Amino acid sequence: MIALIIRRLIQSIVVMLTVALIAFTLFRFVGDPVAQMVGQDTSLEDRAQLRERLGLNDPVPLQFARYVGNTVKGNFGISYRIGRPVGALLAERLPATLELSFVAALFALLVGIPMGIYTALHPERWLSKAFLTISLIGISLPTFLIGILLILLFGVVLGWLPTFGRGAVVDLGFWTTGLLSVSGWKSILMPAFTLGMFQLTLIMRLVRSEMLEVLRTDFIKFARARGLTPRAVHFGHALKNTLVPVITITGLQLGGIIAFAIITETVFQWPGMGLLFLQAIQFADIPVMSSYLVLIALFFVIINLIVDILYHVVDPRLRIERQVGAGQ
Amino acid sequence: MTVEFPTRKGTLIAVDDVSFDLQPGEILGVVGESGAGKSMTGYAIIGLLDRPGRIAGGRIELDGERIDNLPPEKMRRFRGRRIGAIFQDPLTSLNPLLRISDQIIETIRTHMDMDERQARARTLELLNEVGIPAAAERMDEYPHQFSGGMRQRIVIALALAANPQLIIADEPTTALDVSIQAQIIRLLKRLCKDHDTAIMLITHDMGVIAEAADRVAVMYAGRIVELGPVRDVIKDAKHPYTKGLMDSIPAIGQDVRVLAQIKGAMPRLNAIPPGCSFNPRCPQAMDRCRVERPELITQGASAVACWLFAEEEAGVGVA
Repeated sequence: MIALIIRRLIQSIVVMLTVALIAFTLFRFVGDPVAQMVGQDTSLEDRAQLRERLGLNDPVPLQFARYVGNTVKGNFGISYRIGRPVGALLAERLPATLELSFVAALFALLVGIPMGIYTALHPERWLSKAFLTISLIGISLPTFLIGILLILLFGVVLGWLPTFGRGAVVDLGFWTTGLLSVSGWKSILMPAFTLGMFQLTLIMRLVRSEMLEVLRTDFIKFARARGLTPRAVHFGHALKNTLVPVITITGLQLGGIIAFAIITETVFQWPGMGLLFLQAIQFADIPVMSSYLVLIALFFVIINLIVDILYHVVDPRLRIERQVGAGQ
Repeated sequence: MTVEFPTRKGTLIAVDDVSFDLQPGEILGVVGESGAGKSMTGYAIIGLLDRPGRIAGGRIELDGERIDNLPPEKMRRFRGRRIGAIFQDPLTSLNPLLRISDQIIETIRTHMDMDERQARARTLELLNEVGIPAAAERMDEYPHQFSGGMRQRIVIALALAANPQLIIADEPTTALDVSIQAQIIRLLKRLCKDHDTAIMLITHDMGVIAEAADRVAVMYAGRIVELGPVRDVIKDAKHPYTKGLMDSIPAIGQDVRVLAQIKGAMPRLNAIPPGCSFNPRCPQAMDRCRVERPELITQGASAVACWLFAEEEAGVGVA
């Protein structure tokens, strides 16, 4: 287990370095950073001086090493647009995005898995068919459209829920949370639903097809032949065997939710990283863009690491292969 | 008993009016080609026919109690408790994610009034009985840590978990190599005797039947064509199909260039010919075989469904 984690960590570092390289080259590709930082009437000497001070005359590998070093220390540079350290900007926005993402993912899992199980166990019931039809709509409607429709219905027509923002937030020092106030919860409902809807349908359909697959296997037939209760067969035997693919997809999707919360955040004016990123693109705010890239990659890497560990918890066959591999 | 599958293109009859009985401690072999309805018969008995299959006629009794029309929940209690099952492939019969002990304990506790500790003790007993070496250390391992033969022993232990009266063994040795096959057969025979359990041994392997069974039922296209003591059926097959089967088994020490085989193939379920279903392939077919379907006719200790044996019967005055 520990050997596995170490190996995965090394792989993760390689991935992160690659992403950092891409993020680093962003600075070069979008033109001369000095030209973007100074005004039109800055003299050539001043420009050269700035270039020297920023270390832009150093060899590229040295610059990359410095970039990586700074990034590791949490020094992401200064935003061109806002003029504040990117690290602080991201730290402000991070809780909003993470909260939204986790609430959405939790919603997708807690609703999607039971729906998937239900539709797999009772494929003939009308409720299953209704679920499947709804899921088809959920999977084919674009996220922003769902968001706008929700705003129209609950925000404008019914006036039940706020249409933008996070509501009242509580500052815990290291983290600002909207989950401790009523207005915070009211505010997160619609964005989280919007963001989680697609994942929900995906998870439901995945659980359903995996479960149907497992229910056809010999060991389920044998479990039935032993007279186990339907409950034991479905939940003790079948569900556990559907979990591995569900964990994979959920892990990947969670990364996706965080990274692509952009659209939902824009629709609901959610003060998260996605909104920050979108504004950064409009203003070619390279430090923000590259830091966002690195941060999202970090999330993906961490989630994948957790997924890998979960595999080993769920499936004993993987644990053994590891032992055999270590023995050789 | 009759099992049928209603399909869009009409109803397929997979098991057609099959009838037999089993005594405690007896092993009945059921032999036939793929698709002859052997497994279907077994699944019908434990009430696990795949939909849309259903029992269309006849009855199944266990200990004088009719069980084919029980409500699902009652039938579930019967499965495992009164009727056990062993399936063909031990590699896929066990849940790969659960420990052996958990699977057996779960089965025991479903059917017997035992606490965890008692069930665990019984699990160990069962594993010892089916011949798992070092069962105490290995019972908490996962299925993939056992070989195929060992896994089939575990499957047998699971089938025995609640001490059933009848075990349906569907091709229990087919997926195993020959030396392991012999061990499993010996194990089944011993358990059958020790527990006074009846075993319905479904196989297409005449060798397994000869080795293990007391009586044998030969099935063809959903019907029993011959039913009798193993010795009689093997040494003195009566039905032309059984004869064909026996001839197609090569004997050791006999220099055979070409194996005898039965011409043609078993008819598909939607194209069973009128009369005796074997008539198109039968070397001794008569006109009557093409029109009228033969019922089982008693011949000594056996019964044969073939018109070749009809005269004597008619002489006794039974239609």
